[in-house]
Amino acid sequence: MSVKETELPHFKQPLLRTPFHNRARELSQHDSFVAWAGYTTVDVFTTPEQEYFAVRNATGVFDLTPMVKYRIKGPAAGRYLNHLVTRDVAKLKVNRVMYTVWCNDNGHILDDGTLFRLGEDEYWLCSAERQIDWLLDAAIGYDVTVEEVTEQVAALAVQGPTSCWILKQLGLAGIEQLKPFDIGRFAVEGVEVMASRTGFTGDLGYEIWMPPDKAEFIWDRLMEAGRLRGIRAIGSQALNAVRIEAGFLMPHYDFVSAESTVRLGRDRSPLELGLDWLVDFKKGHFNGRRALVAEQARGVARRLVGLDVAGNKPAHSALLYTEESGRQEIGFVTSALWSPTCKRNIALAIVNAPHFALGSKVWAEIYLNRELVWERRMVQAEVVEKPFFAPERRRVTPPADR
Amino acid sequence: MQAHFDVIIIGAGHNGLVCGALLAKRGKRVLIVEGSAATGGAAGTHEFAPGFRASTAHLLHLMPRALITALGLEQQGLRFAATRMPTTALSAEGNHLSLAADAVAAASPADAAAYPAFTARFTRLAGALRPMLGAPPPRLGTDAWSDRIALLKLGWQVRRLGRRDMRELLRIIGMNAYDLLEDNFSSPLLKGALAFDATLGANLGPRAPGTVLTWLMRQALESADGNTGLAQPVGGMGGLTDALTRAATAAGAEVRTGTRVERVLVADDRVTGVVLGSGESLLAPVVVSNADPKTTFLDLLGPEHLDTGFVRKVDHCRARGVTAKLHLALDRLPAFLNLSQSALKGRLLFSPSMAYLERAFDAPKYGEHSAEPALEITVPTMNDPTLAPSGQHVLSAVIECAPRDLRAGWDGSKDAYQALLLDRLEALAPGLKESVRAVELLTPLDLERRYGNRGGHWHHAELAFDQFLFVRPVPGAAQYATPVQGLFLCGAASHPGGGVVGENGRLAAQAVLAKAV
Repeated sequence: MSVKETELPHFKQPLLRTPFHNRARELSQHDSFVAWAGYTTVDVFTTPEQEYFAVRNATGVFDLTPMVKYRIKGPAAGRYLNHLVTRDVAKLKVNRVMYTVWCNDNGHILDDGTLFRLGEDEYWLCSAERQIDWLLDAAIGYDVTVEEVTEQVAALAVQGPTSCWILKQLGLAGIEQLKPFDIGRFAVEGVEVMASRTGFTGDLGYEIWMPPDKAEFIWDRLMEAGRLRGIRAIGSQALNAVRIEAGFLMPHYDFVSAESTVRLGRDRSPLELGLDWLVDFKKGHFNGRRALVAEQARGVARRLVGLDVAGNKPAHSALLYTEESGRQEIGFVTSALWSPTCKRNIALAIVNAPHFALGSKVWAEIYLNRELVWERRMVQAEVVEKPFFAPERRRVTPPADR
Repeated sequence: MQAHFDVIIIGAGHNGLVCGALLAKRGKRVLIVEGSAATGGAAGTHEFAPGFRASTAHLLHLMPRALITALGLEQQGLRFAATRMPTTALSAEGNHLSLAADAVAAASPADAAAYPAFTARFTRLAGALRPMLGAPPPRLGTDAWSDRIALLKLGWQVRRLGRRDMRELLRIIGMNAYDLLEDNFSSPLLKGALAFDATLGANLGPRAPGTVLTWLMRQALESADGNTGLAQPVGGMGGLTDALTRAATAAGAEVRTGTRVERVLVADDRVTGVVLGSGESLLAPVVVSNADPKTTFLDLLGPEHLDTGFVRKVDHCRARGVTAKLHLALDRLPAFLNLSQSALKGRLLFSPSMAYLERAFDAPKYGEHSAEPALEITVPTMNDPTLAPSGQHVLSAVIECAPRDLRAGWDGSKDAYQALLLDRLEALAPGLKESVRAVELLTPLDLERRYGNRGGHWHHAELAFDQFLFVRPVPGAAQYATPVQGLFLCGAASHPGGGVVGENGRLAAQAVLAKAV
């Protein structure tokens, strides 16, 4: 069911269903669905732990169809995108993918996402937020067309150490040759699919892009191909755990799109989020450049960092202080996790200058609900390197056969 | 590379010329580049039929005396053929009304009593805004003392009106002209004529909010000490811009006409010069654009040098021209019903009531031109016979309203509209059609094609609260400087606005001297 098919007024329209919905519903043991970008998607199939370990030890399959996708085409597409995003798109070759962010005039992040170069003058921009208005206004003066194609493409993330083996079994011959951020085109029993070696898990993994009417067919073949390699559908809770280990940022958790913030000072620049490596000041003008140059000159006021927190209680939403006494507040945790793979209590946090330097010690105020009784803990935390988990296999090409 | 000039100015309209002359006086090497064959732009005078000359902007009344003096324009040949020209509100039946203070009695005894008091007070209130129109707009949200002081000054000007006048100013400043006039007068003819001045050149009918503001601004500039009132330079408005051109060249500026600027050159986020239509590049660390913001930013500079939020604001900047201009070459003096010769030396308004005027402004909302247009008419040859062959005359009329984007398109509609306008004028001045030797009708689309102001708007950008003072034309370019270092605006879309004012050019020159070179 798509929006166009319903006659209902917009405020009565139900959440959309992805082309994998029927399969997901069969596997869902908790009927635990959440809204994501206008679609209903699975939060937990069985347990978050089971799904988490599928990604780290076997293969997890995640339905990422709701990810917003824009097709950008035209002779000026490359120049347009180079003006839009902070990285140098001129360096992106055909059949390659780039992770990037894009900013408003103030140098504050509107969104992060992946940019696919599908042809000489054709790109896909995958993002968390719908922002056709911004993309169209950015196109003033450029010979490009920008259209949203979210509903025209179904997508599955196939992530984990056995993912390459499983996809070979599925019939994606040669997929092992894809290097990270490569794009390849394959056929599964005559059905054409696109695969990219990308993902949100920090592990070996691929994303498979297909026509929606072939979605169930591919899902069924994929699950069959992976049966002996521990394949498992995963929901957004497990995905959130693995992405924290990988140090990836989640919109609405680690930052809010600058166009949707209401309060002053709630928007974030890429420099504040520690994404300096994404900002190419040398490529010429791009959206937000002047503001970012100025911010770099005066130094960032705060920075998103990784924390290693003492103890084993996740520091969800903890406020951070300089001293155990909690007198001077210097930041807050945005994402927290007891990492089963790293055996560390990790967190992503926004920390004010100058306390964000590597090795800085801060104190986290953690609240624990123990059988309805709230307890407060002050525990020490250290600013550490990200990512917390970065196995060699995420980069090795071809991946080991397992 | 060696720069050829300190400053290159794109466009030799009156603001570009003022800016160039002032910068040259300060020792800058200035080049003023003009695409047309002559300087002046819409403030120039052109021959529209053999021996007949007309000025698109036909009345000088807003340029401050101090600026004329500072530029030595009279030494450069500026002469006035007429000053303090009277205004007459025409009525179709011949019951015309002079707007001179002592003549309004003809309208109604009540209006006769109210008019002088209203005018005096309105002029007083407008006076409180005058200093603001001659200073760069303060920036909002900065910590700079200069901005705070400017805001305090503005507040102080309003406060020192005294409690009653301050309250009145704050009461009316956001109002529409229709309500204000309705509150004060009864004669439809008087109200129609006054409302015409409040809305002239704008895409806002008298019932649109903000039309008191546009009227206050007009009044503030027009009533400044030493001003000439409604005036007509000898040789038409071109007499002024020719004097400006001479002032600029006398100060050392170079003026190149017939030379189009293709684009503005940028390197490392700084302006480095311009590329001409011929392909030649001229280098200068500062470029001042007399063009409208859309042309400047979207065409000459290019969105790739700007942030999308800013481009969006420029793209949204309202500039829908609805004012047309009609020039008639006449073989004899037009004979308006029951109108004295002395009135014909002045300005004639045909806006018989506010309802009539409002309807004229309604038409463009639906992509149509008004079938019953409101008019501002002058016969410049009454004061300056050099504008036409001996014994013959020119009639110059501002027409409200005809939209740039006529739904039917101008190509197939212009002749019919011209015929309609001649019929309307014939009704006011019987026999006029017979005396017409040549006609030039400039629709907003023609104005855009001739002068390059995108949208064909007289003020380059609509003058309204959301495009006024510190947000004119758009936030981020309201203090003449733009986001790109070295690029400045000086055209009608910058503060204080359109009309032959010249303050835009002076303030832009100030900004250039303060920030660059």
